[in-house]
Formats: sequence, C-alpha cells, structure tokens
Amino acid sequence: MKNRILDQIIRSMALLKKDVMIYYSKGPVVLMGVLWPAIMFISFALGRGMAIEALMPGLIGVSVFFTCSAISPVAFPWETAQRTLERLISAPVAIWTILFGDMLASAMVGIVVSIVPIMIALGFGVTFTNPLMMALAVIVGSVCFATMALLISVPPVSAPQYTQMLSTLIKFPLLFISGVFIPLSSLSPAARAISYISPLTYFTDIARYAAGHGSYLPLYADFLAILAFTFVFWVVAVKLHNKTLPLRL
Amino acid sequence: MDNASTGSGPAIEVRGLTKKYGKLTAVDGISFEVMKGEFFGFLGPNGAGKTTSIRMLTGIISANSGEARVMGYPAGSIESKQLSGVVPEQSNVYMDLTAWQNLMLTADLYRIASSEAKVRAQRLLLQLGLDERKHSHAREYSMGMKKRLLLVSALISDPEIVFLDEPTSGLDVQSARFIRGLLLDFKKEGKTFFLTTHNMSEAAEMCDRVAIMNRGRLVALDTPENLRITTGKVSLIDVNFDKSIPEETLKAIPGVLRVESSQAIETAEIMKAMVAMGGMGPGKMGQGMKGGGRAGMQRAGMLQTQPPEASGKKPPGNRFRLHTENTGELLAALVDFSRAHLLKMNVLSVNPPSFEDAFVMLTEEANREK
Repeated sequence: MKNRILDQIIRSMALLKKDVMIYYSKGPVVLMGVLWPAIMFISFALGRGMAIEALMPGLIGVSVFFTCSAISPVAFPWETAQRTLERLISAPVAIWTILFGDMLASAMVGIVVSIVPIMIALGFGVTFTNPLMMALAVIVGSVCFATMALLISVPPVSAPQYTQMLSTLIKFPLLFISGVFIPLSSLSPAARAISYISPLTYFTDIARYAAGHGSYLPLYADFLAILAFTFVFWVVAVKLHNKTLPLRL
Repeated sequence: MDNASTGSGPAIEVRGLTKKYGKLTAVDGISFEVMKGEFFGFLGPNGAGKTTSIRMLTGIISANSGEARVMGYPAGSIESKQLSGVVPEQSNVYMDLTAWQNLMLTADLYRIASSEAKVRAQRLLLQLGLDERKHSHAREYSMGMKKRLLLVSALISDPEIVFLDEPTSGLDVQSARFIRGLLLDFKKEGKTFFLTTHNMSEAAEMCDRVAIMNRGRLVALDTPENLRITTGKVSLIDVNFDKSIPEETLKAIPGVLRVESSQAIETAEIMKAMVAMGGMGPGKMGQGMKGGGRAGMQRAGMLQTQPPEASGKKPPGNRFRLHTENTGELLAALVDFSRAHLLKMNVLSVNPPSFEDAFVMLTEEANREK
C-alpha cells in the first residue's frame, strides 16, 4: 500500500511538469498572480490613504492566493475538451494522482511567484523580522490554496469559462472577508468571526507577523487552521472528483 | 503483476459486459476472449458499441455490469493500464507540447526510466518517420502525423496489449498502408492487438479473429475467412443487361434471395473506393471530400440528388447483383429470363462473397432477428 502510494506520487511528478510547461509558462498566470493584485492594492492604498508597507503582507497573501487558484479550475474543462483528460485516465494513474500533480504544480508556481510581491515589499522598506516564518507560510498557504482550487474545479462543466465564473464568485468574497486590506484586530467582531471561514485570513495573519506587525492569532493556531483547511479541501476534492470525473468522459 | 500477465492465458476476458446510458443499452452483455499475441478485430456499424467497449476495456469508463479483465487484471486497474497502450480514434496528445515532450510525459506516467524512454522514443520516431519533426509542437502536425504520434505514444511503454480505435481512419492510402505494415511488424514481437475499424479489407488483412458487434450485441466471432465461408453458401451473381428492367421482375425469378440494384452496387463501390483512399468508414463517408460531404459527392456525380428509395419506387436499371444459394439453377433461370424478355446480358459473373459481404449479411441478419 505504502509502495503503491509512493509509486503514484512519483507518477504525479510527470503531471506537475506537464502543467508547468503547458499552463504556468504563460503570461496571463503572472498577470493574474502579480500584476492584478498589485494594481488593486495600490488603488486601495491610494483610495484609503493607507501606508503601502502596511498593506504588503496582504499583497503577498492575495498574490499567492490568486496564483495558486488560477489554473486548476480552468485546466479540467480544458483538458476534457482537448481529450487529454481521457489520455491521462487511460494511463496507469489514479484520479487522486492527477489531482495531486495539479495541486503540486499550482502550489509550486505560487511559491515561485510569491518572490515578486516579497521583493516589492522589500522595495517599499518592509523588513521581514521572521523570514523563515514567511517562507513556511508561503509553502503551507500555497498548498492550501491550490487544494481549494481543486475543489472549485469539481463541477463537470464543458467550458472553462463556467468554472472561471464559479472561481471568481468564491475567490472575490474571500478576499474581502480575510482581513487582507484591514488587519484582523481592526475588524468588527462580526467581520472577524466571518473572516475565520477563509484560509487566506490565517495566511495574512502569519505574513503580518513575519513583516513585524504582529499576529492577531497565535501562530500555531494560524498554521493548524491552514493545515485543517488543506486536509478537508483535499479529502472532499478527491471524493467529489471521483464522482464527477466519469461525467466528463 | 507478473504472475497475472505472463503465461499463455487470455489477454482479454470479457463476461457479460454491459453499459447503459439512461435507457439506451450501448453494450448488451457481451462475452469473448482474446488470446495473447492475437490480432483481434472488433467490428460493427456505427453505434454498434465498439468504442464504448474499448473505453470500458481501457478504464476510461466503467461498466454497469459484467466483468472484463486485461492481462489478468480487472480492466481499468492501474496494473492493466500499465500493460496497455491506447490509440484513440481522435487525437488526444497535448497540442502545446512537442512530440518529444508528449512522449517523455507518457514515459514518465508509465514510469519508464528516462534513458530507456529516450532510446525507445528515438527508435519509434525513426520507425514512424517523425524523427525530423520531433521538436515541433503537435498542433503543427498533419492528421497523418498525429496518428503516427498516437501510435508512438501507445508503444513507448512497450505494452503487452495495444488498443487501436480506427488507427487508419482519415489517412491517405500510403499512410494507412504504412501503419498497417508497422502494426504487423509489432505483432511479430508477440504483442496483442485489439483493433476497431470500419475498413473490412484492413480487418481481413490484419486480424487473426474478428468479433462483429451490432446494436450492442456480439453477432459473430471467428476468423475473417471462416466468417466469409459461413456466409459462403450464398453466391453473388453480377449481371448487366442491355436494357433497363424493374428490380421487382428479377426478384420473381426462382432461386433469387436478394437483389441489389445498380444504385446499391455503385454506392458500395464508392464506399469501398473511399475506404481505400482514406480509410473512411461508412459513417464518415464524404467527410474527407473537398466541397463538403454529400454535396461534394453530388457535384462529383457520385450520388444522385435524391435517393430513388425516397420516391417510394425504385427506378428500372440494367445492372444488378443477385444473391442465391443455388448458382446453377439461377444461371439457367437467368438465361431463360433474358430470352423471354428479349434482353442481352453484357456481363454475367459469379462471385463468392467477400469478407465485407459477410459482414453486411451478418449485421443485416442480426437486424432482422431483432
């Protein structure tokens, strides 16, 4: 059993490589992951007269969040239309292997792309008092957001635009309830209670800590919450994809 | 894995396999076996359930009931997929990757060591004439090249069994012949092939045995030659009169089982010619013609504007194919018939049924029984 799982994980590396070559080498991913959050943040900072360096942890969070969740919801309907999903299914890989490869690719690209907003933050004079914690948050957060994207990609739609719409409907509200623009400590109790349903909240809290602003929640609670979200997203995504994937073929 | 895959047992075992889509039963309790090293043909008209069956055997879809095993493992299991290669009817390679990248991806999915994969890919690309374009994106490939790339992808893992779904459809004569030749070469290596095709001459040439499907059911299973002989008690007499006569008159001659008019014969000949031109099956007739399908064929004078059957009455003709089980009696009756009607026979030939004739007879017979 252990060997079987390891065998499938090794096979999933092929899918990781494929996703990076096909999907993540394209300009729009960088646009969605870096440029778009940066523009949104700058306009938000100017509009509310907030210090840009105070918003930087949130910018890193949004950048990682959008990069990691950009491709998976589009990739499944796209691969169905191109019949390449059929190709993968007829290869000796399990459905969870395909999902794992997809998730790894998204997470890996999220980790790499996070370097850009971190550099921007450094450029604006942000000092990361705990760079190791920042790096750990980026890794754990990327995996969590990539797994969430797998969940968004569950509906067996035929055209990528349908999941894109669903993806936007889920991601944008999360953006505004996660304390990205306003620290958790400044949110009203009701808004703060709502923010706990978003994994982005915990990532941003860690990022604020790493940037020297202090965290609202204990760090271990932030990490545990992200790991719990990842576990639930993964289990539900695999279960649902096993049900919906045959409907795509 | 080796315990099940080695030995001389069947490569494929199918027992009561059934697939339903809502109320439609696409595959209806079929059972058969394919032996290791066999080139097995899986034939049938459009909608017979061939592709659904191949998709169940390769694990793309699951069956509603019944059992299928490939190389001793349940169809669709990781083990059976590891030992199988699949050439689908429609291209499913990654268009944004080069041929080489596509092959390396497949090799990685099958866990072929990188050095081994490179050697195999290089050899196969050379064999299939794709070596010079191996670094071109698959989207830049012609249809023939894509088909060849699919074949290389299916063979790179050195599978024990290869599923081929219409591997030569849409190809020109040279490419189709080239692929058939290669497949026969690979058969010598002991691989098992499971082929679906509309091309009867291809099936007769390549297959050790064929199964004929019709409306989801298996209607015959034997060697192409045996199937031809089974239906061989029926002879075909081609006759060409100097004047047109109604088809019904010929049906009245004693010993005539069936009459095909010149229209049917010509259509069959066109189809045969098109299959030879591009490996097209009856369902794809006209698709590959410039000028757009049926309209293109009409412009080329290959089809009448309106089928004669559409008017409810067949027009008289002078060229017919008569089916009979008593050749001598019918020949004598034809001589009497032409004398009585003051007709001259320009052509009179007796032919045994071809494998294609046997296929048509078997599927028509099954339709009548249903």
